[in-house]
Formats: sequence, structure tokens, C-alpha cells
Amino acid sequence: MEDMLFYDRIQFAFTITFHYLFPQLTMGLSLMIVWFKWKFLRSNDEKYNDAAKFWMKIFALNFAMGVVTGIPMEFQFGTNWAKFSELTGGIIGQTLAMEGMFSFFLESSFLGLFLFGEKLLGHKLHFVTGFLVFLGSWASGFLIIATHSWMQYPVGYEILDNGKFVLTNFGALFSNPWLWPSFLHNQMASIVTSSFVVAAFGAFYLLNNKHKEFGKLFVKTGVVFGVISSILVAFPTGDLTAKNVVKHQPVTFAAMEGIFETEEGGSEIVLIGQPNIQDKKLDNKIAVPNFLSFLTYQQWDAEVKGLNEFNQEDYPTNIPGLYYGYHIMVGLGTIFIGLMLLASFLMWRKKLFKTQWVLWILMFMLPFPYIANTMGWYTAELGRQPWLVYNLLRTTEGASPTVSSGNTLFTLLGFVGLYLLLGMLFLILVGKIVNKGPHPAK
Amino acid sequence: MELFWYVVLMFMLAMYVVLDGYDFGAGIIHLFFGKKEEDKKAIVNAIGPFWDANEVWIIAAGGVLFFAFPTLYASSFSGFYLPLIMILWLLIFRAIGLELRGQVHNPIWEKIWDKAFGVASLLLALFFGIALGNVVRGVNLGMVENGVSAYEAHYFFLPLWNPTFNPMAQHQGIIDWFTILLGIIAVVILTMHGANWVIFKTNSSLNERLKKLVFRLNFVLLGLIVISVSVWHIIDPYPFWNFIEEPWLFIFPLIMLTGLFGMFKVRTFKKDIYGFLFSSLFLFGGFASTAASIFPELLPSTNEVNPSLTIYNVAADEYGLGVGVSWFIVAAILVVVYFVIQHKVFKGKMDDIGYGEH
Repeated sequence: MEDMLFYDRIQFAFTITFHYLFPQLTMGLSLMIVWFKWKFLRSNDEKYNDAAKFWMKIFALNFAMGVVTGIPMEFQFGTNWAKFSELTGGIIGQTLAMEGMFSFFLESSFLGLFLFGEKLLGHKLHFVTGFLVFLGSWASGFLIIATHSWMQYPVGYEILDNGKFVLTNFGALFSNPWLWPSFLHNQMASIVTSSFVVAAFGAFYLLNNKHKEFGKLFVKTGVVFGVISSILVAFPTGDLTAKNVVKHQPVTFAAMEGIFETEEGGSEIVLIGQPNIQDKKLDNKIAVPNFLSFLTYQQWDAEVKGLNEFNQEDYPTNIPGLYYGYHIMVGLGTIFIGLMLLASFLMWRKKLFKTQWVLWILMFMLPFPYIANTMGWYTAELGRQPWLVYNLLRTTEGASPTVSSGNTLFTLLGFVGLYLLLGMLFLILVGKIVNKGPHPAK
Repeated sequence: MELFWYVVLMFMLAMYVVLDGYDFGAGIIHLFFGKKEEDKKAIVNAIGPFWDANEVWIIAAGGVLFFAFPTLYASSFSGFYLPLIMILWLLIFRAIGLELRGQVHNPIWEKIWDKAFGVASLLLALFFGIALGNVVRGVNLGMVENGVSAYEAHYFFLPLWNPTFNPMAQHQGIIDWFTILLGIIAVVILTMHGANWVIFKTNSSLNERLKKLVFRLNFVLLGLIVISVSVWHIIDPYPFWNFIEEPWLFIFPLIMLTGLFGMFKVRTFKKDIYGFLFSSLFLFGGFASTAASIFPELLPSTNEVNPSLTIYNVAADEYGLGVGVSWFIVAAILVVVYFVIQHKVFKGKMDDIGYGEH
């Protein structure tokens, strides 16, 4: 059974990881494009409109990638996780069907108008179509995270004798205490990605001595959006998300933080160290005493439960992966805040555009928000294991009964090949757009 | 409540067939008739701003299937595992063919993506026809052998084919002579449908030739329909049962025949939209007739042991279905509004919008 599940899990993890590289940019970037367009409408300065147009090209490419890699996600619930779909479809199907009806129709209808309708519509209506595309993409994120939240913290359901989950309270799906912190945390993280990408492109142009006017605009906009979003992604949204884990999934929290034993008089926070599952300890640990108790409960001596307090069969199946995912996310998030505060300070002192070493760092930071976002999702998903629906339905009970692992491996290999091709094409084409650069209308 | 969601689901699937159907058809026309650069551009412009929204109909229909009939979603998606994943791959190829072609101006690059778009469109039309054939034919639910189910009553798995290609064989395959027949019908009608769309939305130099093509293919289509109706009883002995019980259902075959015979006049239409309307009627009527012939079944069982999957034994619970109605109505109104706006902005001929060019 475990062997059979292996390929199903790898296929879902691989396809969703690849897919989410694109929406995490487009959700944040759509907001920034709307911002550029808004500045243009207010100031009538063509520079802002050209900036919006340039980013729309990057957006279009990312959006197309997001769409084509997104369709397999909805299919895979049924193809690979049939038992899970059968048992919970009456509930998670609600939010997923709503995503299709409310978000995909909105996005896809107005994307064409947004990308090709500027002349037909005029600037004001064009701004509106951009805003609607932004709204659609955030609605999509909201409904996906509503689905995700129900799996993490099931609410408004009843389980029938045949094992089926039925919905008893529709409103509960949206007042789920897991939903709002996770949603806002995720959207802030998406703005972090887009800010760093915009700033990185700007830094690239400045260091290159090309398109300098746009380089300055991109760095400035990226740093302003970046400093706000990197702080908000940690406090309060990340903090509240972590507190949900403490409250509702304490065993996950212990594994995330690398706490093997409950400590008397308060828990230390682990900065670095490698989980050693055999000996139930962390190797080469660097930690700050009592700080975890303070962050979690605002009391220096509060008790944080260690893994020793729980049944081994409820342990997350991949404790080291979960621990690393969480620590990489938090570590990178901290670096993001530091860098963006530094850049903002230099910008305030009007030194940023001349401080080459900071521009170099901004440029090289481009991949790291993607890593942080991915690691955040690995924390959430590995943290939910060994459950599909927390405490109610195990992952081993959810796979398709009739699909053999040979067939799953076949399709997994196909996806890997196809996505490698897509990834290469994507990088080539983005490189081409960047190299060409934004160009003034006249 | 089940009936409401059944009608919604079938309507959404029919919309998908009519709307994305012309995209596939335009792809097939592009493959066989797109010789001159300006004609290829005209074809791509004709579907450019629409194809993405058209494709949403299948995704949204999938969502509704998931939520309203979860057992059917689970059973059919895992049972038709391989062809569904292949459809996904084809959808990806087709989309990137459309979107990436204009990004680089190089004859080899353009040739590659032209072919990817055209071939994927052709194969998708064939696959969707085959898929419909599989549903009508039914499957060995529970994988019964010698009177014993190997799996739970509603699960199955089909390989791509069996050596005999016989739909009535005990070990069925996705591809057999019956499903291939429906696949070919799908390719023919969608080619005509796509041609009608190109005629409607462009002034390309191909239009006169495409009208001739539609006229000629209509004879082929008529022949294929006659063949399929005459062999239908082999896979479903009583296809007309529902129609005799509820005679108003005959409206669907009538709509289909109106579309079919209307298209014979394609060369003399005063407005370019008429051809498209008639092929839409054919597709809508044909799809609805097929659905009506197996109603209330959604996936018939080919064995005696396990019952067919019907709208009543695969549906979600009453409360969930009821609460879904309220948000669905709001969403449906919005969808209509978007649709109208989109088609108002991009109305008439679209040869010059420059889709996918940078």
C-alpha cells in the first residue's frame, strides 16, 4: 500500500509544486500591474503605462503556464485520489466548483480583454479589466485555501455510516478559523514573490545601465511593496497561522520546531540543527533558550509539547522534511525583512540606486521567495500527514483503488518530461522579454 | 435536486462541446488548410481571445461533477485514468502551441508550434468522441469476472485497448470499433464547426474553400450518423426507450437534424454566422440526444452484478446540493454577463487583433 501511494504522492507533489511557481507570481503581480495602471490614470505619465505593459507580458506568460499546469490539479483528485474524492467530494467539491464558477470564468473572460483590449476599451476600462483579473486570481486563491483549510481543520461536516463526509453547515467553510490567517499569509507571500521579482528586474536594468528610468521605477515599487509584504507575511499572518498549528495540530508543531521532548520551564527555539530520528534529538543544534515558549504563548516558561507526548502512529510521516521546510521558510522570511528594511532606508536617504552591492543582492534574491513559498506549502502539507483530512481520514485510505502504481509511474514520468520542457521554454521566453526590456510608446 | 444538477452538468458539458469544439475545429482547419501565413494568423485571431474562457467550461463542469456527483467523479476519473491524463497532456500542448508561437520569429519555431496546436486539436476531437463512446457503451463496473466483483461496485479500470477492439468483449478497452466510430464523427463535425467559426469571424482567403468543405463533409457526416444509428442497438438495445416514454425529448434529435440539414445550405447563407449556428445546433442536439438516451444513467454497467451509476446513486447529500443552488445561480448570472461583455468587445471579424504577437 505504501509503495502504491508513493507514486501518487510524488505525482501530486511534483505537479502542484511546479504549478504554484506561476500563480504565486501572478496573484501578486496582478496587484502591482493594477497599481502601475492606477498611477498612470492619476498622473498621465506614460512611464507608468509602459511599465504596466511590460509587466503584462511577463504576466501573460506566467498566467498561461499557470492555466496549463493548473488543469491537471483538478483532474488528479479524481484520477489518483478517487477514494478521497468519493468520501469528501460533497464538501471539498463545493469550494472547488465555486472556484471554477466564480474565479476561472472571471479571469479567463477578462484576461483576453486585459491583454488585447487596451485600444478597444480606453485606459479606464482597461484598468477595470486588470482589476477584475486581479480579483479573479485572488478569489481562486481564497477558494483553494478554503478547501485546504477544511482538510487541515474540518468543520461543518458529519460522517455517515458508509464513511462519507456530508456538509451540514455551508457558512462554516468560510468562517473556519484556519482559513483567514492562512489565506492572508499566502497572499502576502505572493506579493513578496512579485515584489522581489519586480525589484530584481529593476536592479538588473540599473546594473546593466539599460532602461535606467524603468530600472529605478521597478526597484522603487518592488522595495515599497516588498517591505510591507515581507513584514505582513510574518506578523500577524504567519504568526496567527503558526498559532493555529499549535492549537489544532500540536504534534505537527513539535515536529516543525524540532522539539523531541517537552522541556520543563519553557522551550528553546531552534535556529539550526539536523533532526536525528533514530536518537530522537537534533544534531549540531544552535538554539535560543525559552524563546519558542515566548513566541507561542507570550510567556517565557510556557510548556510546548514535544513529540514524546504523542502516539508514534500520528507523527507526521516525514519529520526531517517538515522541519527543514519550516526552517527554510522562516529563515528566508527573516532575511527578506532585513534586506527590504535596508533597501527602504537607503531609498529614504536617496542612496539606493547608487549602492551597487545592495542592487546586486536584490537581483540575486529573485529565486528565494519562490523557495520560501514552496517550503511554506511543504510545511503545511507534510505537517498534515499522515492524514488527508486531519484526524479523520488517513492518506493511505484515499488513493484510487483500481489504478496500479505502474500506470501512475507512467504518467508521472510523462509529467516530469513535459514540465521540464515547459520550464525550459518559459525561462527562454522570459529571458527574451527581459533582454528586450520595456520600451517607451513613442 | 439531483435532476437540477444533472441538467446543469449536461448544459455545461454541452456548452463546452459547442464552444471549445470550435477551437478544436479551428485547430484542425489550421493543420490542413493553414498554408499561407496570413490565413494561419486569421485562424488564430478568430479563437485567440476566446479559447481560454471556452476551456473553463470543462474545468467548471468538472468542478460541478466533483461536488454534485462525487462518486461518479471518483469512479470515472480513476477508471479512465490513462486517456484522461493523455487529454491533459494534449490540452497543454495545444495551449502552449497557441501561446508560444508568436513569441519568437523563426520559421522552425513557428512550424513546431503550428503542428503542436493542429495535431493536439485533432487528437483532442478524436479523444473526446471516444470518451463519449465509452460512456454510452458502459463499463464493467466492479471489474466483475465469473460473477464476482474484484473491486467495490462502482470502481473499474480500462486499458487503452484490447486485442479484438470489440466493445462487447469481456475485457473492454477504451478504444474499440464503436468508440472509434464516435471519435471519427467528432473529428468530422468539429472540423465543420471550426470551419464555420473561421468563416464567421474572419475575412480570410480560405472562407470560400471552407464553405465547400463544410458542404462536402456534411454528406460524410450524414453517412456516419446513419451508420452509427444502425449499429447503436449492439451496444444499447433500447436507445429509444426514454424517447417513447417522454415524447418531448424528440426535440433534441430534431434540433440535431435541423443543424445537419441547415448546413447543406452553407454556400448560400446571407450572413456568415448562420453556418456556425447550424453546426452548434447539431452539436447541442446530438449531445443532448445521447445524454437523454441513457438517462437517468450516467455510466451504464455492462455486467449483471453491479448496478449502473445513475444520477441517484452517485449524488452528494441533499443539504450540500441545496445550498449549492444559491451560489450557483449568482455565479451563472455573472458568467452570462462576462460572456456578453467578451463577445461584445470582440464582435464581428477579428482578422487584425494580432493575437499572441509581441
